[in-house]
Amino acid sequence: MNNINAPDIAIETKNLFIFYGSFAAVSEVNIKIEKQKVTAIIGPSGCGKSTLIRAFNRMNDFVPSSYVTGEILLQGQNLYGKNIDPVEVRRKIGMVFQKPNPFPKSIYENISWGAKINGFKGNMDELVEQSLRGAALWDEVKDKLKKSAYELSGGQQQRLCIARTIAIQPEIILMDEPASALDPISTLRIEELMQELKKNYTIIIVTHNMQQAARVSDYTAMMMLEKDGSRSGTVIEFSETKKIFTNPKDKRTEDYVTGRFG
Amino acid sequence: MNPNRDYYPKGEDLHRSLGRRYRSASIWQTLFFSALVIAILSLAALLYNVIDGAFGYVAFEYKNDPTEFSTKPLDALNKQELLDILKANLSSGAFTKLENEKPMDTRSKSVLYTLLLERLIQIDTKETWSMTDSIFRSAKIKAEVAEKYPEAKLEFRSWLTPVFLTTPMSSKAEFAGVRTAILGSLWMVGIALLFALPIGTGAAIYLQEYASKNFLNRIIQTNINNLAGVPSIVYGMLGLAIFVRALEPFTSGRLFGVTDSNGRTILSAGLTMGTLVLPLIIINAQEAIKSVPDSLRQAAFGVGATRWQTVWHHVLPNALPGILTGSILAVSRAIGETAPLIVVGASTFISIDPSGPFSKFTALPIQIFQWTTRAQSEFHSIAASAIIVLLILLLTLNAAAILLRNRVQKKY
Repeated sequence: MNNINAPDIAIETKNLFIFYGSFAAVSEVNIKIEKQKVTAIIGPSGCGKSTLIRAFNRMNDFVPSSYVTGEILLQGQNLYGKNIDPVEVRRKIGMVFQKPNPFPKSIYENISWGAKINGFKGNMDELVEQSLRGAALWDEVKDKLKKSAYELSGGQQQRLCIARTIAIQPEIILMDEPASALDPISTLRIEELMQELKKNYTIIIVTHNMQQAARVSDYTAMMMLEKDGSRSGTVIEFSETKKIFTNPKDKRTEDYVTGRFG
Repeated sequence: MNPNRDYYPKGEDLHRSLGRRYRSASIWQTLFFSALVIAILSLAALLYNVIDGAFGYVAFEYKNDPTEFSTKPLDALNKQELLDILKANLSSGAFTKLENEKPMDTRSKSVLYTLLLERLIQIDTKETWSMTDSIFRSAKIKAEVAEKYPEAKLEFRSWLTPVFLTTPMSSKAEFAGVRTAILGSLWMVGIALLFALPIGTGAAIYLQEYASKNFLNRIIQTNINNLAGVPSIVYGMLGLAIFVRALEPFTSGRLFGVTDSNGRTILSAGLTMGTLVLPLIIINAQEAIKSVPDSLRQAAFGVGATRWQTVWHHVLPNALPGILTGSILAVSRAIGETAPLIVVGASTFISIDPSGPFSKFTALPIQIFQWTTRAQSEFHSIAASAIIVLLILLLTLNAAAILLRNRVQKKY
């Protein structure tokens, strides 16, 4: 707990507040996310889950008037520090979005574009194949790499987005409800994929689906609006997923995971 | 039970209320349809009016008897015979001048024939009739001509001919053409687009992708929207003050070693038109950029792209079809504008093709305007023909832009 740079910590927040103008959407978050584990962020709608996960790769920068206080430490370095380039942060911390959003380009270019702009000098064909294999998509698309990514099904598109993300070799992969727009079978494939991916990557996933969190994650952060009526979300409990679902400390967590809430 | 259920119509009442709803719907539908019919009718009336003027009977007399030049009927002459007649009857100075403009034996038969009519026989148009009159009152017109102009020949003629397209301006309507004006219009639109498309797109990218939503940028945005509605004559004044006068060394080409011109050049006109269509292009490009989904930008940022890489590789290619649509509107606007050209100083009579941005010029709307103000009815006929040419030119340019748009609109 007291060793910040413990080798098994991938990313850590310290007294993190996220503001939209004067409104604190997320307040006082202190969590340590372990390397090569899946960490789920759960909680009711509007409690700031997406805001929090987007803070990790500075996607909130695009929301005018948003700002952050406190620290997010990646290997001891504050991501919101003065000399930090957000582009570099996003290069290290990849993101998969709620709705599959492949580029309107070919399957091949979807993978190669990110590599190209980031100055990848290796063998592009190999990288594309490895990334697609890594996302368990290679066998389905190997014969149509030049086809448009929009010809794929929703689930395939989402796995393509995952492949696109691992192609740039990030340290952490953020997933913002990656399966919420998919059918149960595609969802299952993404969940299986996450178990594979955590061997090499740290994964943070936001999900609405508590069963999903229970199935895929090692750690779970329970978010909830603060009791003081400020409409500000915070992490009320963060521990091993097993504990959250079987023996929660906080009464609100218990209500939520047992379905007595809302 | 829920008492609110009783407040909804049932049985007969339900049918009556449904009938009322369908009736009001069909009234609106009829109104919308008649709006469409009115629009189509007015468009048809416009086209008919133009075409009506461009074809029809014309009564004319030969000033010099054709038999003085040839024993054969005029339309039976071949190219060589025409050439011989011209050589024999034109003064040697006039012939050399024509020869210097373009060697005579390289000219087509119809051009030589026109020259024969224009220079030697010379035509005196007495009266022209519209197409409708010519078709439905044919007998009456013939009688009228026989009585009023016993010497005159009556001919059904299309004023819109290949010769009309390829000859320059002339003071005689029968021999006037629109080549100079077409070239002038094309040059002008080309310069306007070259100027306005990159600047407009750039401004739109800045406003959409980079500018923060502060007070200054809001004022700029409002001003652009208003500028799109400023009357074109105002742009003419602007063009006169800035491009013709203030920037004269540049627009007259003096900086580039051109000595024989003032600021009233095709370049000034093109830049003025460019300024005029700039707000139009900016607004359309902004709309196009706005319609690129945000998820695409996020996808690009998500793999570590910079703002510029995102704009260049994703936003612009996807906005390009919309930007091209904007340029179609810009071309349509620029090619038809007359007022700013008058202010900027288009020549109303010019028979030399524009040879570059520093030439004096005329444009189709100017030519049409000038011809419609003439008293003689034959000028109204060639004005109608020139309007058809303008419409065809406009449709061609639009079709080209649409083809280009469909090419860049990849089916992804």
